[in-house]
Amino acid sequence: MKSLAELQEIRNRTLNNIIMRKEDGQGVRVVVGMATCGIAAGARPVMSAFVEELAKRNLSNVTVTQMGCIGACRLEPIVEIIAPNEEKVTYVKMTPEKAARVVAEHIVNKQVVTEYTIGAAE
Amino acid sequence: MEELSLHILDIVQNSVAADAKLIEVEITEDTAKDKLTVTVKDDGRGMSEETLRKVTDPFTTGRKTRCVGLGIPLLKLAAELTGGRVELSSELGKGTTVTAMFGYSHIDRQPLGDIVSTIHQLIVMNENTDFLYTHRINSKVFTLDTRQMREILGGVPLNTHEVMVWLLEYLKENESSLLKNCDGKE
Repeated sequence: MKSLAELQEIRNRTLNNIIMRKEDGQGVRVVVGMATCGIAAGARPVMSAFVEELAKRNLSNVTVTQMGCIGACRLEPIVEIIAPNEEKVTYVKMTPEKAARVVAEHIVNKQVVTEYTIGAAE
Repeated sequence: MEELSLHILDIVQNSVAADAKLIEVEITEDTAKDKLTVTVKDDGRGMSEETLRKVTDPFTTGRKTRCVGLGIPLLKLAAELTGGRVELSSELGKGTTVTAMFGYSHIDRQPLGDIVSTIHQLIVMNENTDFLYTHRINSKVFTLDTRQMREILGGVPLNTHEVMVWLLEYLKENESSLLKNCDGKE
């Protein structure tokens, strides 16, 4: 069984990394639409998939956040990838499988997965 | 929305949007009374009496982009389908409490579903908000207080990868042992 005491160990292990992360400057942001429409369309497993993939690859300078509805409910779940000095990329009709591919190809290898983007859908 | 846990994820977004500092999420499953109750209580900015009256109307929303809001109406529908109801109370500057009551064994009651993912996401996505989560099944109870977690973690944020991975396992283990104990079987 996991216990709260393990957080103490995590604290000791990670405090140094946190300082490094702050010095790293701003990294990539993954923003998932989590309004009623997004949630109903399946945003929760998509967000979980991003969190898991990023943790698995230890991409600690990538953060996952949420946003409200942006008015394209029919294309939910929607995920935006915002990297410093790069144009924002909007992915639509996301799934956990697609999320794994976006992490591998876009975030790690800097290749936009064009077929999942809003441009390809519309 | 196919699961109660998805409704909870959605309703709590309202509390987050209301700048709540502490959000209390409580699920009580009482099989003797045949009731399942979900309470979301926040200390956000609250609503006026007038807004409170209109909030179950789908054409009311706090959002400025469009004039439709479906969070509360969908929850109300899900509750009323099971012979239950939704109660709202709110005070400007104090906070809001949403209570949804469901008929536990009613055939139309949605399953609670993946509550672990809901609570995990709420906590790791809202670094500036504290959560007090309580899940009761009859006499068994599981509680998680992020204020307690933060105290142990010092300055390490809850959305650090290592903490997120730990939290997911912690929630999974506690939720499954809650279920196990209740059925009296493995």
